[in-house]
Amino acid sequence: MPAASDVHRTGNGTLATQAEHSTNRRDFIFVATGSVAAVGAAATIWPLINQLNPDASTLALASIEFNLAGIEVGQSVTITWRGLPVFVRHRTQKEIDEAKAVPLSDLKDPATDEERTKPGHEDWLIMIANCTHLGCVPIGEAGDFDGWFCPCHGSHYDSAGRIRKGPAPLNLVLPPYEFISDTLVQIG
Amino acid sequence: MSEHSTYTPGTGIEKWLDERLPIIRFSKEHLMDFPTPKNLNYWWTFGAILVMCLVVQIVTGVILAMHYTPNVAMAFDSVEHIRRDVNGGRIIQATHAVGASMFFAAVYIHIFRGMYFGSYKAPREILWILGVLIFVLMMATAFMGYVLPWGQMSGWAATVITNIFAAIPVIGNPLLELLRGGFSVGNPTLNRFFSLHYLLPFVIAAVIVLHIWALHVPGNNNPTGVDVKSSRDTLPFHPYYTMKDAFGMVLFMIPFAWFIFFAPDILGHPDNYIQFNSQVTPTHIVPEWYFLPFYAILRAIDFNILFIDSKLGGVIFFGGSIVILFFLPWLDRSKVRSGNFRPMFKWFYWLFVINFVALTYLGAAPAEGIYVILAKICTAYYFIHFLVILPVLGRIEKPRPLPTSISESVLGKSHA
Repeated sequence: MPAASDVHRTGNGTLATQAEHSTNRRDFIFVATGSVAAVGAAATIWPLINQLNPDASTLALASIEFNLAGIEVGQSVTITWRGLPVFVRHRTQKEIDEAKAVPLSDLKDPATDEERTKPGHEDWLIMIANCTHLGCVPIGEAGDFDGWFCPCHGSHYDSAGRIRKGPAPLNLVLPPYEFISDTLVQIG
Repeated sequence: MSEHSTYTPGTGIEKWLDERLPIIRFSKEHLMDFPTPKNLNYWWTFGAILVMCLVVQIVTGVILAMHYTPNVAMAFDSVEHIRRDVNGGRIIQATHAVGASMFFAAVYIHIFRGMYFGSYKAPREILWILGVLIFVLMMATAFMGYVLPWGQMSGWAATVITNIFAAIPVIGNPLLELLRGGFSVGNPTLNRFFSLHYLLPFVIAAVIVLHIWALHVPGNNNPTGVDVKSSRDTLPFHPYYTMKDAFGMVLFMIPFAWFIFFAPDILGHPDNYIQFNSQVTPTHIVPEWYFLPFYAILRAIDFNILFIDSKLGGVIFFGGSIVILFFLPWLDRSKVRSGNFRPMFKWFYWLFVINFVALTYLGAAPAEGIYVILAKICTAYYFIHFLVILPVLGRIEKPRPLPTSISESVLGKSHA
């Protein structure tokens, strides 16, 4: 350590000494202290931000089972999964044929009808019912493509829930689901 | 700015206080003796009117919070409880709801006044930037307040506006869940919006203090845009402008009171008297009137731009339409402040105003047919005004001769 008399304040208020090597050591201490303080501040702020994330009770609603038996051909129901509305549509043969006839080059977010449904259950379309634009619930059996129409900003979806026209960038999202039997699905 | 002060402590107590906390001196300098251009017109009373609006919102808001319940099961009913059961609650709730609209009406007049008279130009750039910041904070506050009654429009506004953040690449979806506190808009969302809606008005009040501080360094702009040259150009703020502002406030209270007493719901939407249902979106959702121009811009981008998809594109233009205001002091290259002396700017200014009103109309129109095309044209013009017209005008326009002083413009050459 230099003697106290060697230490003087420079013009900008930082401490400096006559001896070059002590200045370097002091700089290191300043940077090290500042770094520890920054890490400490970040570690303190993180829980204050993280509390905003979905809590345990919200995450607990992650998986549901739903019985399809009562839904006639041409009928749709809207159910709730994780607080989100989910469309379950029992498609007519006409809708399936229309969806299969569309060339992939016509699609903004290309996906075949097979990719939108489960094999052997092509008459069932199960999708999260929030428009991929800004999250409104589209109206069923409406729009220019015999599917859904979002009233908020005018997005049109076809009979496989694929985006065809309007500001939405993507097809209606498929939740993770599987058929447990012919009439029972597990979503989530 | 002690040079404006004529304050000499009269009594021993005042002298004692003045040496410790010179609050009387400060008030006298900034609220009474402050030299103010003597030619300010009624467009300049909106600053004081806006302070009044904030006070009205805070007072009524604190009272409403005494009776409101921020829980999805009870929020909707608690607002009805305020309107039907709380003593005078019908008027207090209406004042708060109508007050938001009146606040925005006043702030738009205040902003457009600044734009016409060039109040954003040097040395008032920071003053302008703080003003835009207050406008952004007002929008956040109004949006979160609108969610609290938990009607259909409330819930779907929350859904649509939080979804804007999901357009951000990579971090969009985690950020969306962080903001909502869930996979969809629900009880955690309502709770945090209530907390922030209570907080933000006080943040606004703090930024207003900075805004007035930044005003009191260069002093007020004025309708001629000419700098104050001598004390002959100014009057003390009190009583000349305290009285003028007070009269402006009284006039402003007339339509305010009319809405509160005779048409408290006319600016709202009937759908908001149906409790929020996350399964059904109302067939025609539109934001409150004061967000419509920006909402029209958000909707206008329904096509992909290179690698940017339509959703992100809409969000970029929507954000850009507000962010661009921060840069206005550097986009307008003309040295002349007041539009009164800028023969070409004057026309383009009014064209911009008409375009802004058109965007307001289009924001409420259904997203189909001719409205979609018009919204695209008006959106393009909004940006062209800032990015092309203003910089070019600064170069090619020949301004009219300016008066040599404020006094001359008021009294004519012979008295100058």
